[in-house]
This record gives sequence, C-alpha cells and structure tokens, in this order.
Amino acid sequence: MTSYNLTHLKQLEAESIHVIREVAAEFKKPVMLYSVGKDSAVMTHLALKAFYPGRPPFPFLHVDTTWKFREMIEFRDKYVRQELGIELIVNINHEGLKLGIDPAENSEKHTEVMKTESLKTSLTHYGFDAAFGGARRDEEKSRAKERVFSFRDKFHRWDPKNQRPELWSLYNTKVDPGESIRVFPLSNWTELDVWQYIYLENIPLPDLYFAKVRPVVFRNGTWIMVNDDRLKLKPGEQIEHKMVRFRTLGCYPLTGGVESNATTLPEIIQEMLLTTTSERQGRMIDKDAGGAGMEEKKKQGYF
Amino acid sequence: MSHKSDLISQDILAYLKQHEQKELLRFITCGSVDDGKSTLIGRLLYDSKMLYEDQLAQLESESKIHGTTGGGFDPALVTDGLKAEREQGITIDVAYRYFSTAKRKFIIADTPGHEQYTRNMATGASTADLAIILIDARHGVLTQTKRHSFIVSLLGIRHIVVTVNKMDLKGFSEERFEEICNDYRNFASRLDLPDVHFIPISALNGDNVVDPSPNMPWYRGSTLMNFIETVYIGSDKNLEDFRFPVQFVSRPNLDFRGFCGTIASGIIRRGDEIMVLPAKRLSKIKRIVTQDGDLEEAFCPQAVTVVLEDEVDCSRGDMIVRPGNVPKIGQQFDATIVWMATEALIPGKTYIFKQTTLSTIGQIDSLRYRVDVNSLHRSPAPDLRLNEIGRCSITVNQPLFFDSYRRNKTTGSFIIIDRVSNITVGAGMITDRDTAKGTKVAAWEQIETSEATDSTKVQAVSEQERSARYGQKPATVLLTGLTGTGKTTIARAVERRLFEEGRAVAVIDGELVRKGINVDLGYTVEDRSENLRRSAHLAKLLNDQGLICLAAFVAPSEAVRLRVGEVVGREKYAVVHLTADLDTRRQRDNKGFYEAAEAGRLPDFANVLANYESPESPDLVLDTGSESLSDCVDKIVELLRSKGFLTR
Ligand SMILES: Nc1nc2c(ncn2[C@@H]2O[C@H](COP(=O)(O)OP(=O)(O)O)[C@@H](O)[C@H]2O)c(=O)[nH]1
Repeated sequence: MTSYNLTHLKQLEAESIHVIREVAAEFKKPVMLYSVGKDSAVMTHLALKAFYPGRPPFPFLHVDTTWKFREMIEFRDKYVRQELGIELIVNINHEGLKLGIDPAENSEKHTEVMKTESLKTSLTHYGFDAAFGGARRDEEKSRAKERVFSFRDKFHRWDPKNQRPELWSLYNTKVDPGESIRVFPLSNWTELDVWQYIYLENIPLPDLYFAKVRPVVFRNGTWIMVNDDRLKLKPGEQIEHKMVRFRTLGCYPLTGGVESNATTLPEIIQEMLLTTTSERQGRMIDKDAGGAGMEEKKKQGYF
Repeated sequence: MSHKSDLISQDILAYLKQHEQKELLRFITCGSVDDGKSTLIGRLLYDSKMLYEDQLAQLESESKIHGTTGGGFDPALVTDGLKAEREQGITIDVAYRYFSTAKRKFIIADTPGHEQYTRNMATGASTADLAIILIDARHGVLTQTKRHSFIVSLLGIRHIVVTVNKMDLKGFSEERFEEICNDYRNFASRLDLPDVHFIPISALNGDNVVDPSPNMPWYRGSTLMNFIETVYIGSDKNLEDFRFPVQFVSRPNLDFRGFCGTIASGIIRRGDEIMVLPAKRLSKIKRIVTQDGDLEEAFCPQAVTVVLEDEVDCSRGDMIVRPGNVPKIGQQFDATIVWMATEALIPGKTYIFKQTTLSTIGQIDSLRYRVDVNSLHRSPAPDLRLNEIGRCSITVNQPLFFDSYRRNKTTGSFIIIDRVSNITVGAGMITDRDTAKGTKVAAWEQIETSEATDSTKVQAVSEQERSARYGQKPATVLLTGLTGTGKTTIARAVERRLFEEGRAVAVIDGELVRKGINVDLGYTVEDRSENLRRSAHLAKLLNDQGLICLAAFVAPSEAVRLRVGEVVGREKYAVVHLTADLDTRRQRDNKGFYEAAEAGRLPDFANVLANYESPESPDLVLDTGSESLSDCVDKIVELLRSKGFLTR
C-alpha cells in the first residue's frame, strides 16, 4: 500500500518551493541573493525545481566584497552563470573600495561598508521589492524568531519587536514603494538537512568545502587561507600547508578553516555530526559586540 | 539520538540512509510564565545533543549572568532569543527550534505564556501537529492552562500532551498527578480535543523527558520524547478532497503551459477528470511535472506542476478540483477570527482577505459574539480588540473556494491585512454555516450553545410510569476495550439476562452503528470521536424511553468517554473496562485486524492499539481472558443493581 507520507526532506523541499513560487507570483521585482555557499546552492536548486521546465523568473544578486575566496568567484561564474545560464548581477561597492579597509584589521567596518551598505544600495538601486536569502533559523539565536517573510522598511531595517504574524502557509506580501521583504525559503532547514539534501540531490558545491592541502596561517585560533598576496602576515605567523576545509564561505581573511581529511560529502557530514563546535564558529563577525553581534547587524540591514 | 549514534563513525552511509526516512513533526509548547517551558525545550535540545560545545560554553557563561539556577547550568537559556527580551528575562514572541532523532525531525514553535499573547500562540499553533501543554505541579490547572487549551482546540491541533512539570517539588506524588489529570479532563471535556495524553515530568532534572524516571516508578506510560517520536499523525491530513489552488502559471515556451501549486489536500493521478474553478471548465490531468520526472500520482502537501489535456483558462487564484467533490464557492461565510492588531476590528471596514492563493477585498458584516478565552463564555461585542477571539460573518468582493477549517486547514483558513498599514491584523478559520451537515467534531460544541432539548419534557408517558413497568431506571453502560476483549458478546449476554427478567434493554454495537447511521465515518481520531458523539445521543434517546442501554465501543480516548457521560448524564452512566491479554484478543479476532496491523496495513487500528487509554476510574474492570462469560454478566448485573438502576 502506498503511504501518503513525505519524508522530512521532501516536505521541506515542497514548503520551500511553495515560498519561492509565492514570491514570484506576488512581487513586482524579486531577486535571489546568492552568496556562493552551500545554502545558496540549495536555494538555487529549489528555485530551478520550482519553475521547471521554465527558468526562475528573477535574477540573482551577488554582493562581492572583493575579499571572497578566488574559488568562490570561479565557481559562481562557471556554474551559475555559464552552466545554469542564470542572470547574475554582481555588485561591488566601488565607493567603499576607495576607503581601502583591510578586513583583517577592521572586520566590523569592512562588513558594514562592503557587505551591508553595498547590499542596501544595490537593492535600492534596482528597486527590488523582495530578496531571497539563504538564512536558516537554526543558525543563530536571533534568527529563531525571524519570519519566513520578513518585512524591511525603506531603510532596509528589521524591527524584531514589530514583525507581522505569520500563520499557516499564508504569507503577507504587501509592501509600499521603497519597502521590501526578505524571504527565507530555508528557514526551517537545519545544517544537517542542508547537507543531507545536497548529498541526496547531488548538488554541486565549490571545492572549498572539501579538504585539500592549502596554504594557511594560524590566526585567532583558526586556519586562515592565504588566498592572495593581500593577506599581510603578522609577526610570528608563517605560511603552512595543511589539509583544511571550510564549513562556511565568506571573505577569506575572516573565514577560518578546519583541519580535515573529509574529501567526500558523506565524510563531510560525518565530520559535521561528530564535531563539537557549531557552524558559525569559524566566522569572526558573530563575535563582534558581545553575544548579540548578529542581531545588531540584522537591525542595520545586514542579513 | 541523531548526534550520538554509533553509526555515524562506523557506517556513515547507513546512517544517512536511516535519516533519509525521517518524518517531520511540528509541535507547540504552551505554559504560563515560569511553568518551565524554556527549561523543557532546553532539556529536549540538550538531551538530544543538538547543542555544540561553543554554544554550551556560551550558555554556561550566560547561566552565570542571566540564569535562574544560581550559576549552575540553566537549560532555559538555550531558548532565549533577542537581546532586549533576554534582559527582561522573558520570551515574548514565537521562536522556532529544531532538533531531530533517528525517527523524526522536530520543529518547536516556542510561544510565550504571557497573558496578552493569544496572537503569538495562534501563530505557533497554526502549523503544529501536536501541542505540549505544561502545568506546574504545584499550581495545577490554571486559567492560563484553559486558555491555552482553548486556542489549541480552536486552531485544530489534534494531539495534546499535558506534561505535569516540577514533579520533584511535589515529591513525585502520584496522587497529585492524578488530581491534576482529573481536573484537566473535567474542563477539557468541554473542548474539542480528540487525543489527550498526560505525562509527569521534571524538566529541570530530565525525569520522563527522554529517559524513564526512577523517581516515578508508578508511571508506566511513554516518556515525552518517546511519545512525540511515535505518535501517529498519518491520518491527520485530508487525503479525501482534492484541492489544488493555482499559485503560478508557467509558460516557458509556446508548447508548455503548466499550473504550479501546492496540493492543499487529497490525491490526484494522471488521467483524472478535473474541474477548474470558478469557470467550472472540465478537463483531465495530462501530466504531473516535476524536475525529477513526471509523476503518476501526487498528494498533499507536494508542490507540483500540472498540465491539462485541454486549453482551459486558468490563472493564479483559480482552484483545480474533482468534478464530484467541490469546495463551497461563495462570497459570504462565517469564521472564527483571532484579532492581532492594536487597532480594533471594525465591522463594516474593508480589509484584504488572503485565502489560499487568492486575495480579495472584503468586510466583516457582523460580529456575532466574542469568546472569553478564559471562561469560554460567549457575549455580544461591538468590536474585537488585540488578542480577542470572535465569531463573524464576512462578505468578500470575489468568490472564494473554501471548506470548513475542521475539514481542511488549508482551504479553511485566511489572514486579514489592513489596506493602509499592510499589516496582518487577523487570522480566521472558516466555520460551517449550516451546522446540520458536515461539522463533524465541532458538533460536540453545539450541545453547549443550543439549549439541549430535553425530550422527557414532551413525553406522553412519564418517567415514573416507565420505571414502574420495567422495574428499572434508564442508564447507559459503556463497555470499552480493544478489539477481541468480548464487548459485543458480553453486551448480548447481559441483554439476554435482563430481557429474561422482563426489563427493557437495548444494545448499541459500535460495529453496527458504523454500518448504518455512521457509515460516513472512518477511523481517524476525529471520526472516532464523532462516532461516539452520535451514539451517545442515540443512547440518550433510548434512555429517555426508559431503556437500559448497553453500548459496546472501543472508545479509546478518555476525554471522549467523559463526554459521552456528559451527554447521557453522569448519574445515568457507567463505564465497564474489558481487558484480555494479547493472545486471547488475537484468537477472538476473526477479521484479522491484529495480523493486518502487525503487517503495517492498518495504521489507524495500530494507532488505537498503541494509544488506547485505560479508563481512569471505571465502575468495573473485567478480565475476559480469565473470567467466564456468566461471571462477567453477573458482575455487570450486580453493578447495575448497586447503582440503583434495577429497582426490583
Ligand atoms: N524544581 C524544578 N524547577 C523547575 C523545573 N522546570 C523548571 N524549573 C524552574 O522553574 C523556573 C522557570 O522555568 P522556565 O523554564 O524559565 O519557565 P518558562 O517561563 O515557562 O520558560 C526556573 O527557575 C526553572 O529552573 C522542574 O522540573 N523542577
């Protein structure tokens, strides 16, 4: 007998597709924020599924801080642009670039100018009224209360005390000109769900996720990759060659790698399950401004 | 538990395979402030190893600053979210938490216990399959408990676990636990809660949360974790009525025209005849398209794209259904509304109503009554304010395709949006207007609103005359027990005995009612409940004619059995619990139910086996495996006599 039950991944997939279609149907000018990481990979995959045999009826936007891993940019251009043929906008804050902020020296300022500011100006510039993001509620405490459809005012600000109630799968998509909604189709996915889905669906990923011998320096208790000659060695630091991989991808001077021998997806999942530290641990920005770093960033308009 | 399985290190592929088959269960936790909700959630996450070391380290340091446990590890901090709230020391919004075990992935909607946050609870409850209602063992059932239970029943959550927390502070007392369970049952019998369970726990120390408590050996039921891992939710969704709200029309090229959407309910197969609403155009399903290949059949809640045989007009907001099973189509309907905005609901003002994929302008014509969430009392009201609940009549500008919320959560729900501020101001659940048909479970509630008509008042022959003739007082004896415990056999034997004595007696056999007046009912929790509700009224009618009524029903739910008592009158009601060991029951089962259930073919039956609640205080328990039929009959007759039902 057929049992009319979906597995948890199939149910999550269906719910995410529902969200993506709802945005495509109700907004004038949606965009998918693409960050090259594994969550973006899953979101891209779901967007393709949602409109098959058609194409996603919205462009993708990558906010390039110019400090991303080289491999990320290669993957983005080769896979998303060429292979999938998706319309991808790359936004660089050229004004900000002139300030010449070194992320290794001032990560907070760098993130604010090159990421948050850059994102806000480009959303305003193109007039996007909805922007998909790959954030998950399990990632970080302040996200647990985030809606799937999260309202942002004219200044892209999030007001945690004043969120619209969200019931059933009925999403309120109404906004006035200038206002927008951030949409998180992966809200209910956990890190394990994401990995398992990537494995089951065979979704391509940048190879930074897989362990490989890479040139790295040990800094702030983690391995930072020497991705180009902009990384200035501090006194006492020396370049070593280690088997490392990255659990999240971002600006290379701010993204710590972990020593690992995991070169396949099952091995990565195995490592993730056996590890005792959370995913964001390798990221430096969470540590800014005490425990509530992310939350402050979100109010300002960073994801 | 997922994160401590040995399989991870030994055979990751096998582990992944195992975890691919998991189901998703959503639940909500409700409790008053300080009942231990955060502690319980923290405990579930902690014990299922969903916390990493860095998070733990952070928690431990925070326990010292914000914790309430004197610097020791405080599981409650796991769930505290935003900074401002953390400083106030209370949670004030809906937060979602995740954890998983080898069997299921869980999503917790963590909602506050605060007085004024009906709106948040309704939000969390709207997607939940199950509700955990926390009661502090020291305080017992409070007004808040009643309010939470009411909202849970209003939002149609079918499975309730009442966890009595802080048992450590009450010396792990069984009496205290029983007392609270009874209090809860007494008031819950007025609500529509088809499946209620009770578990005594200590969230702080973990008793009965994941592992059975050594401190409460008297409790032999499931631990909380075990319960939520195994509770059967398969029959909760509506697979009968196919409803496909068109969400998006896909026209990538001239040769392809597909209708994308999420199946709201029911099942559809390639080749099936369909009808497109509102145009009522007929066609057939040509293809069910997904990127992973075409499907032969699809069911709720899959997100698919369908292609029709014919070129029919169809756009977002239309609904594809089967010609023989259509929803109600109309611009007017009644609904229960939860108001969520500081600005009150004003009858006559226009709002945006969003239901499935349709948005339309409309207005609330009249507010029939407001429900006091604490007393459940209904009273007339001029408006509906923040966190108030009311029953309304609504008219919209464009026809909607809807079912009652009881029958179909997806097509029976809507949100209300303010046209100026764009804020979601309310949420509604459509009720059946003509209560005569189709209300199913909600019918229990009708009893309370409509003045129960007492048929004895209009009789020509008086109660006394009947009683004198038959030598008895009317009564209903419920024989409850699992299949194969001998309910029907014993009922018939008692009937024979009483008949020989010249008394007036009738048997209501669960199986027979299902072939007649209840032929429209299945075996879901709701349908079982409705089956008993109707049978209870039947018994009452027979009692009114002076008859003694023997009702043979499985009747697995304690709450439902109590309601039967409410209908027939407690003083006229007796419950006899029939038991027998599994072997005996299997032997007597000539229809092969047990075999089928063990083979996994009868999930509803298996569910009843697993979740049958023994009556808390039966008037009589008979082990029909060891006692002879005539002994059983003697004892039941003796019971009738001792209760004063037999007067000669
Ligand atoms: N003794 C005892 N205390 C508990 C138990 N569960 C929670 N508490 C305490 O009760 C207080 C309130 O708990 P909390 O989880 O914050 O309640 P919430 O407001 O419902 O989230 C805290 O001081 C907890 O440590 C329990 O099982 N036993």
